[in-house]
Amino acid sequence: MSDPTPKGVLTTPVFKNNPIALQILGICSALAVTSSMSVSLVMTLAVMFVTAFSSMFISLIRHHIPSSIRIIVQMTIIASLVIVVDQLLKAFAYEMSKQLSVFVGLIITNCIVMGRAEGFAMTNSPGLSFLDGIGNGLGYGFILMTVSFFRELLGSGSVFGFTVLETVQNGGWYVPNGLLLLPPSAFFIIGLIIWALRAINPEQIEENEFKMKENTQPKEAV
Amino acid sequence: MAQSNNSIKKILTVAFALCIVCSVIVSTAAVGLRAKQQLNQELDRKSNILDVAGLYEPGTDVEKAFEQITPRVVDLRSGEYTDQFDPQTYDSFQAAKDPAQSRTLSGEKDIAGLSRQENYSTVYLVGNPDDPEQIILPIRGQGLWGLMRGYLAVQGDGNTIEGITFYSHSETPGLGGEVDNPRWKAQWEGKEIFANADSVQPAIALVKGGASGETEVDALSGASLTSKGVTNLLQFWLSPAGFGEYLARFRSGIERQAVQDASTDSEGA
Repeated sequence: MSDPTPKGVLTTPVFKNNPIALQILGICSALAVTSSMSVSLVMTLAVMFVTAFSSMFISLIRHHIPSSIRIIVQMTIIASLVIVVDQLLKAFAYEMSKQLSVFVGLIITNCIVMGRAEGFAMTNSPGLSFLDGIGNGLGYGFILMTVSFFRELLGSGSVFGFTVLETVQNGGWYVPNGLLLLPPSAFFIIGLIIWALRAINPEQIEENEFKMKENTQPKEAV
Repeated sequence: MAQSNNSIKKILTVAFALCIVCSVIVSTAAVGLRAKQQLNQELDRKSNILDVAGLYEPGTDVEKAFEQITPRVVDLRSGEYTDQFDPQTYDSFQAAKDPAQSRTLSGEKDIAGLSRQENYSTVYLVGNPDDPEQIILPIRGQGLWGLMRGYLAVQGDGNTIEGITFYSHSETPGLGGEVDNPRWKAQWEGKEIFANADSVQPAIALVKGGASGETEVDALSGASLTSKGVTNLLQFWLSPAGFGEYLARFRSGIERQAVQDASTDSEGA
């Protein structure tokens, strides 16, 4: 992107330059919180809030940040915002904060937030940086919601907590797929999403960094 | 710019100013919201207690419903109530960490995997505190992946189970995590802790492949170790090492009641 536009920074991170699917950032939390859709939604909102405001604040003071301590400055701002979000959730959405447990705190280490701060906010205006944060939050949320839709539907037979497939444990017919309740299952779904996105946008396919050698002929040791 | 961003003076100024601003924001949020957070924790604890007693439904006014519940601190060694601690503020988890207020458990005695047990614990009495309808006991013990914490509600006879709930556990979702399943929890109602009126060790246990009898509950399918953990923690907390001495007071109460019934019957006959 040579000249970022407000519309561009909002929409490109969703499909074209998705932080999870293309940049492969923020996978840790995408695995951890996606077993239920409502939890994923709150996590998305929290990440969006932190990314947007941290980018904005960092952009506001970008001309005064000494380059030698710029990462520390960014971290301090991000960490403060995350603590504020954590405190707000504990006060106003206690049930949710119990389910998200440590993962709200771990937004601090979410590479998406840091990546946008360093890669975009340091060189762009506050307004654009704010929108860029929202856009990347949307991109993160898009993946999170898709993953959690499949995980919750097939793992516990419900969508947003409303039962769609009555599970055997509750006297229904659907035998839930236990794997989808465990974090590793998100790897499969994220992998499939990446495949789908790259099939639609072939320019996302990365060139091989090195070429694998053709099958070598096994030879007896001399 | 007149002054380079990288001069020592500028670096120190920026760092200092940023720290001040951020710490003010963080501490404002933490202090300003603390009251509300504590209220939430309190409400959460109370709704768990109401839930196990079967008094909680979504939309219940927790504070109002909690008025019929009286917390009391019990000396686990003697089974007597104590006024040494204020039941509103006594924290048995803290006490379990304090060597002066707890004892170490080891080997065969520590079937629930606690390693330390407090000497005093808080129980919650539903209805008249002198003749409660239900007694709610805090229980905890190791499951497969970590400590499970919950409550057990026992009827006033000190033997019949009213309900069980685990409010914090880290069991495998879909397998051991089904300790939260309302259908599984519903089985507990009406089960009995002790096999005989004079037995000291609890008989209640989870069994595989269809529970029969008053002291057996269906194990969780696919979660043998979680089921074993639940059995062990109940066996521990309901034995004389846990609430056994305390429950004995209520159980002997039944016998007294039974004697009275028998005498009135004979008078009638």
